[in-house]
Amino acid sequence: MSGQALSTRARSVGAHYAVQLPAPDDFAFWRDQARTLVQCEVPPDRVSWIEPGETGDLFAQGGASGLTERPPEPDRDSRPARASKRFLSLARNAALHSDPERFALLYRLLWRLQSNPRMMEDKTDLDVRRVEELDKSVRRDSHKMHAFVRFRQVENAAGPEGKDAHYVAWFEPDHHIVRANAGFFMRRFANMNWSILTPRGCLHWDGETMRESGPARRSDAPDGDPVEELWKSYYASIFNPARLKVGAMLSEMPKKYWKNMPEAALIPDLIAGAQAREASMVAAGTREARERPDSLAELAQAVGNCRDCPIADCGTRAVMGEGAQRAPLMIVGEQPGDQEDLTGRPFVGPAGQLLDAALAQAGIDRSAAYVTNALKHFKFVQRGKRRIHQTPTAKEIDTCRWWLESERAIVKPRIILALGASAARGLLGKTVSLKTARGIPITLEDKAELWVTAHPAYLLRLDGGARAEQAALFAADLAKVQARLNAFTSGTQV
Amino acid sequence: MAQKSLLEKLEILADAAKYDASCASSGTAKKNSLDGKGIGSTEGMGICHAYAPDGRCISLLKILLTNHCIFDCHYCINRKSSNVRRARFTPQEVADLTLNFYRRNYIEGLFLSSGIIKSSNHTMEQMVEAARILRDEYDFRGYIHLKTIPEADPELVRQAGLYADRVSINVELPTTSGLTRLAPDKDERQIEGAIAKTKDDIIEAKDARKRFRHAPRFAPAGQSTQMIVGADRASDADIVGKASRLYDSFGLRRVYYSAFSPIPDASAVLPLQRPPLLREHRLYQSDWLMRFYGYAPGEVCEATDADGNLPLDIDPKLAWALKFRETFPVDVNRAGKEMLLRVPGLGPTAVRRIITARRHRTLRLDDVARLTQSIAKVRPFITALDWRPTTLTDRADLRSLLAPKQEQLELFAS
Repeated sequence: MSGQALSTRARSVGAHYAVQLPAPDDFAFWRDQARTLVQCEVPPDRVSWIEPGETGDLFAQGGASGLTERPPEPDRDSRPARASKRFLSLARNAALHSDPERFALLYRLLWRLQSNPRMMEDKTDLDVRRVEELDKSVRRDSHKMHAFVRFRQVENAAGPEGKDAHYVAWFEPDHHIVRANAGFFMRRFANMNWSILTPRGCLHWDGETMRESGPARRSDAPDGDPVEELWKSYYASIFNPARLKVGAMLSEMPKKYWKNMPEAALIPDLIAGAQAREASMVAAGTREARERPDSLAELAQAVGNCRDCPIADCGTRAVMGEGAQRAPLMIVGEQPGDQEDLTGRPFVGPAGQLLDAALAQAGIDRSAAYVTNALKHFKFVQRGKRRIHQTPTAKEIDTCRWWLESERAIVKPRIILALGASAARGLLGKTVSLKTARGIPITLEDKAELWVTAHPAYLLRLDGGARAEQAALFAADLAKVQARLNAFTSGTQV
Repeated sequence: MAQKSLLEKLEILADAAKYDASCASSGTAKKNSLDGKGIGSTEGMGICHAYAPDGRCISLLKILLTNHCIFDCHYCINRKSSNVRRARFTPQEVADLTLNFYRRNYIEGLFLSSGIIKSSNHTMEQMVEAARILRDEYDFRGYIHLKTIPEADPELVRQAGLYADRVSINVELPTTSGLTRLAPDKDERQIEGAIAKTKDDIIEAKDARKRFRHAPRFAPAGQSTQMIVGADRASDADIVGKASRLYDSFGLRRVYYSAFSPIPDASAVLPLQRPPLLREHRLYQSDWLMRFYGYAPGEVCEATDADGNLPLDIDPKLAWALKFRETFPVDVNRAGKEMLLRVPGLGPTAVRRIITARRHRTLRLDDVARLTQSIAKVRPFITALDWRPTTLTDRADLRSLLAPKQEQLELFAS
């Protein structure tokens, strides 16, 4: 060691230095002091760092002898203190931590860095690990401040959202991070008047200058804002009850922050209601556990007890399909009508009679076919003594589809004739336009051939030329089906 | 019909938007409002302003412009045949709501999606209009994510990219057959065509900015997409394959996975059992393996079980390591970064720390323990100065030793 260094050391040996920091987050001041002390080779155990508000008597007990508040003067040609970039960036954050030992730790690290410039790379060193921990928790605290500060608009003469509206927030940071984060809020809310009040000091921005003031109390901050109702309802609506993960929420938004976040008041109820909401969603359409009946008789019984949709409570009874157990042709209508509901048989009313006539004309034997409906119950509204037919919703058709599929699984028809758009949806699971779908066979998943045509009730509602035209189309569709049916029954598939 | 209040509309349209997984607000160009008239900044890192009890971050105001829709996709709560309450925002309402929330520091910006009303073009126009009001009239410099509509005019989609930080188009389902069955109105080729067009626009705009400083930015946070998991029969291998193809061909920033979740008023075509949320998690882990750990898609698929799905009880990296035990143990003092990244329990951070620390000393097991989360998981797969796993690596019951403990079922649980 050079003579110069020896003389510096000689001067500092035995002396204790107590450094009074002007502010708990004054990193620049610490850096200047630490630089000088290192240069004078004052070892870490001879320096104590005193934050404002502390007396430093802890130190006075141990070293009353050489206590001095004045830092030494370094020799002009002594070696300047050196620090790596990594150290500086960590120290800048760690200095903001609320740990009272932080400045001593930083000084110790700086001291050790002089003899081992690459010490910061040794992640297994305890001091290095500690400073990294401090840095990490300060960064996290800053990040949470960016995230969880909630401004409330203060009533202002200029009116809401006016140029002079003032936004005030109350936040409780864990560390001395307020001043360090002023820039973030300034860049973001540059053209807004805002204040952030905290127990560690406050920030005020008026669109041009940043002002600081001393600690505030929660009661200094406003306690409400009408927009919070919208925000809370957004928070409750965006939450998906089917995927409750409370732990994941708590790790990112610990309870200590909740009291200053308006939306957090909803959390207990959202969690409590979640399982119930999911269960009701699943129950609303649950079907997976139900086994398909094996025979038409079982099916008829089961469909009678079905209460999967509101229509089930509408009519007298469920109307099952009827016909041969293994019919090659299945004819599907929309839903039972007034007379079908009363008799419990499909296609017996006016539309049924029209269908019978058309089938006979086309040479199709109804008794050899299986006739059913996409929906098994009659949906109507009561008008006086009359029950007026109501078109089923897509949802109702889709719900009843399970029964239709069960019937198909038992009857196993080669050809299916869908009468009308509702029947087509019941078979396909999607809505098709009658105009484009009719006349062209669609192959279903089980290889059955689906033909779509109009519902006979549609013909009943037309008169004159239009009826004749539609009747001709209907007859033509049935004729095509008859031709296919012949091809299948004679065993020659075309 | 009575006019719905803003509060009611927000409830309906936020509720309808919650099935979109993405809420990212990171990775866009740096902006602030110091030299502007409005508000807003983006500084690279995304900020999660709140967390919902589903554990998901709330970073953006995620809403639909409307949940009216002319499409009838079975997995979607907003499909035409669904019985949900419908509502519609005007672009102005969306802009005002965004600003009101932003001023109070509730959000980083807006994520706007929509059902299709009237036509794809009309809908896209309305969405672009909301973004335009925010950017042009209020000089809003926060984050905007627009979900674009593949069927819309490419020029409209391009405009969306000029206003937005990120654009996305959902591929919806991992297989073509799934898409045809569950989303009869959508077309895979059209979706991928639109993604490809957006990719070209992004590249072109980046290139222009290299030469002209004031060339307009186009979706500086890139594009992403979303796939629904568990609504069709696609296996994890199918999904991983599809995702890697999307990353490769379209340079996507992210592929999001959304475990199909039971929706109110569900279509009868759908499975009612939801896939375990863990499956979604495993897919994200495999996504991480491809993006940050240098695994090829084929290698991730090698980690799947015989049915093509990733094991649920252990993570895919451990599954791969157990299948390819001959690759281990790895010497922490000598092995390269690529090999260290393959050790279960070592992430990129730990690997980086090991590599710097071993310049200073030859690492012992204790040193490695200080650099990682859990040494128990790492131990069977490494050697250190004072540690050799000897037979541990080859033990037949290694999987059960390392798998997280199953929770004991309660007797008499109701």
